[in-house]
Parts: sequence; C-alpha cells; structure tokens
Amino acid sequence: MDLILIFISAAVINNYVLVSFLGICPFIGVSKKLGSAVSMGMATTFVMTITAAVTWLLNKYILVGLHLEFLQIVSFILVIASLVQLVEMFIKKVSRPLYDALGIFLPLITTNCAILGLALFLVMKQYNFVESIVFGFASGAGFTLALVIMAGIREELELADVPEPFKGAPITLIVAGCLALAFMGFSGLI
Amino acid sequence: MNSTTFLYSLLSMGGIGLFFSILIAVANKKLHVEEDPKISLIAECLPGANCGSCGYAGCNNFAEALAGGKSQISNCPVCSPSAREEIARILGVSVEIGERQVAVVFCQGGDDVATKKAEYRGIKTCSAANLVSGGERACSYGCIGLGDCVTVCPFDAIHMDENNLPVVDRAKCTGCGNCVAACPRGVIELHPISHHVFVLCRNRDIGRIARTVCKRACTGCLLCEKAVNGQGFKVVDNLAVVDHDVYTKELVLPTEKCPTKAIVILGTKDEH
Repeated sequence: MDLILIFISAAVINNYVLVSFLGICPFIGVSKKLGSAVSMGMATTFVMTITAAVTWLLNKYILVGLHLEFLQIVSFILVIASLVQLVEMFIKKVSRPLYDALGIFLPLITTNCAILGLALFLVMKQYNFVESIVFGFASGAGFTLALVIMAGIREELELADVPEPFKGAPITLIVAGCLALAFMGFSGLI
Repeated sequence: MNSTTFLYSLLSMGGIGLFFSILIAVANKKLHVEEDPKISLIAECLPGANCGSCGYAGCNNFAEALAGGKSQISNCPVCSPSAREEIARILGVSVEIGERQVAVVFCQGGDDVATKKAEYRGIKTCSAANLVSGGERACSYGCIGLGDCVTVCPFDAIHMDENNLPVVDRAKCTGCGNCVAACPRGVIELHPISHHVFVLCRNRDIGRIARTVCKRACTGCLLCEKAVNGQGFKVVDNLAVVDHDVYTKELVLPTEKCPTKAIVILGTKDEH
C-alpha cells in the first residue's frame, strides 16, 4: 500500500514537471512530437530508476557512513553523468534500434535537473531501498506523462489559429501554465 | 572541518571518480560496437560546424546517413570542393560539384541613408523588433539592422558595418543559408558566386514613397531598363530585377545610370 501511495504521489501529485517545475527544459524542448516525447520519457524513466537505486546506495553506505553529507550534490552529479554514459554504451551494444530511437535525448538527460532533484528528494524523504526504486520509477512515469500530454496538445496547436504574437514559445508556456494549474488539482488526493 | 573529514571527502570523491572512470574505460572496450569505418572517415572530412543545412542534427549524423546511402554529399552546402572529392572517394562515387552559393543582402538602407520612424528600445534582435513595430527604420521591406543574421552565422562570414547594415564576406560565406532563415524580412538570399550585379533593394512602393524612406531605394524609375533596352533589367512592381542569365557582360552601364545607386556590383569575376 505504501508503495502505491509513493507511486501516485511521485507520478501525479508531486509531478516533477508540472508541480515541482523541474526538468522544464526537455519539457518544452522535446514536446513537439508525440513520438520523440515518448522516447524521451522512456529514457528519463530508465535513468531515473537506476539513479534512484545507485544514489541510495551511495548515500547510505558512503556519504552518511563517512559523515560526508555535504558532498551530496557533487557526488550525485558525478554518478548520474557516469551512469548515463554507461547506459548509453550498453544500449548501443544491446539494442541498436532503441539507441537510434533515443538518439540525442539520452546524453541530454545528464544535464536534466529532474534527475538531480530526484536524488536529492530521495535523501530528504529517507526512503528505504525498494521505496527509492519505486519513487525513481514513478518520477520518471510522471515526467513521461507530462511530456506526452504536452506533446499531444502541441500537435493540436500546430493546426490551431493562434494569434501571431503568441505563436511558438509563448503559447507553449501558456499551455504549460494551464497544465500545471490542472495538476495542482491533484494535491488533495492523498 | 577537521582533517579526517577532509581526507575522507578527498578519498571518497576520488574513489568514486576513479571507480566510474575505470568502469567506463572497461565498458568502452567491452561494449565497443563495430561501426562502419567509413562514418568516422567521412566525419573527419565534413566541416564539423553542425550548422544543420543538410537536414540532419549534426555533421556526425550526416556522415552516418552518407555512409548508409541515405543522403548525398551535395546536401552539404558548406563542404569545400576538395573535401567533397575526398568523401566521394571514400564512398566510391563520383561527385558533381555545383557552383558555390553566397549570401547577398538585398538592402542598402544603413543608418546613414534610411529614414528613422521611431526609437526602438526593446529586445535587440530583429525577430523581436519585427513583431513589435518593425524596428526603427521606416522601410517595411528592408533590413531591420539588429544583426540576427550575424548571430546565426557559424562561419563568421557576416558582420554589421558602422551603419548597422550586414555585410557578407563572400570569401568566407559557405552558403549554409542560416542567415536567410534568420532574417524576418527575407532580405538575404543565396546566389551563385558568378552573379555580380544586384539590385540591392526590396521596396515595392512607388518611387515617391520609396525615396522618402531610404536614399538608396529602387524607385522603379526604369533608367536601368532603358539603358540596356530591356535586356537583363526589368522593372516589376516598382522594383528592378536583374536577369542573371541574360545579363553577364555589360556590368557598368545601369550601375552608373541608377540615380539612387541601388544597383551594385558585388565581388570580382575571378573570386570563384
């Protein structure tokens, strides 16, 4: 039951993009087409889940063990960057089609603040190992959800009669704001 | 902070860094994927500017497409002829070298000759100014003068002169077309380097109005057309147009006749 609560809370109620406003850059940048939005979401979910597991271990056994909590940000960035690199090589070897589908998005995830946010949230919330992994996966799922919704709306917007000054980025930001408002409505769910 | 904390942080950070670097180094060897060796060879020949003119995200993607036979070398407008030949050799195909294209700015309305209609204090980009009011200059056809084209040029081939008018360095220009896309007024066009005579104005208003907004505007006075008996110059919609196919030799005559100096000779014959 707790795990389900963690999942819903991370994916919907505290949605990374629309409630915590983390990872706005890929949210705006990669939400033009539904296909690439799904790819980006999958890649991010993948990295988030692994990051959750590894940073939990790192925090518990190295940082807390040696009283080095002040090194959290530095070490997490180091770990995330290395992980993404490894994951990229691994995918390239194992599944070339998946590698081509993820394309440029995989290395871009290195600099995605949602991932670092996830690592820091984990420490704050003091989850155990299994809860951390569920939290990481749920965060990724929430990120994917936001991206896919946004991409769907933006594909419709392509055909809509948008006033000239609002075309492109402005209308996208307005839509993002409306979506964020809608997601705020989930806050009473749990 | 005492010395143990210091030591521990050094060791743990160094340890993590070392661990991952070894891991990545090993993974790089173990998980090495055999790629077509042509790809890296081609990528070395490409300009590496990642300008995107070929339609791919970067030079590496273009190299992959070339090696896979999905694209053609001629899609890269930036490549030097020698590099194209080299790539063609790698791919084992012959190459037809098209004429080099350079950007031409179809406006001479610098701050010295253009009439100002207002003072623009907004964001200093042409696209922003174009949205609000069209910038400072009264001419609604010509250059806005805030240098979006300069910003997007990956080759340092376009610069603003002292009158805030872009000047193309024909030697450096590779014809990638970034500036053409960046200009909200569509004042920049790509032309083969063998074209030398241009009517550098886009104003289609009648002569009287055109002249009030810019001293260098083409007024559609027909003097150029008459000077060559309609062979090569034609006035359409109050704007003279050069027919580059017909008009190759007699460069000087209409240039001298033009009362507003809107007709200009760019470059020299042997610059190709």
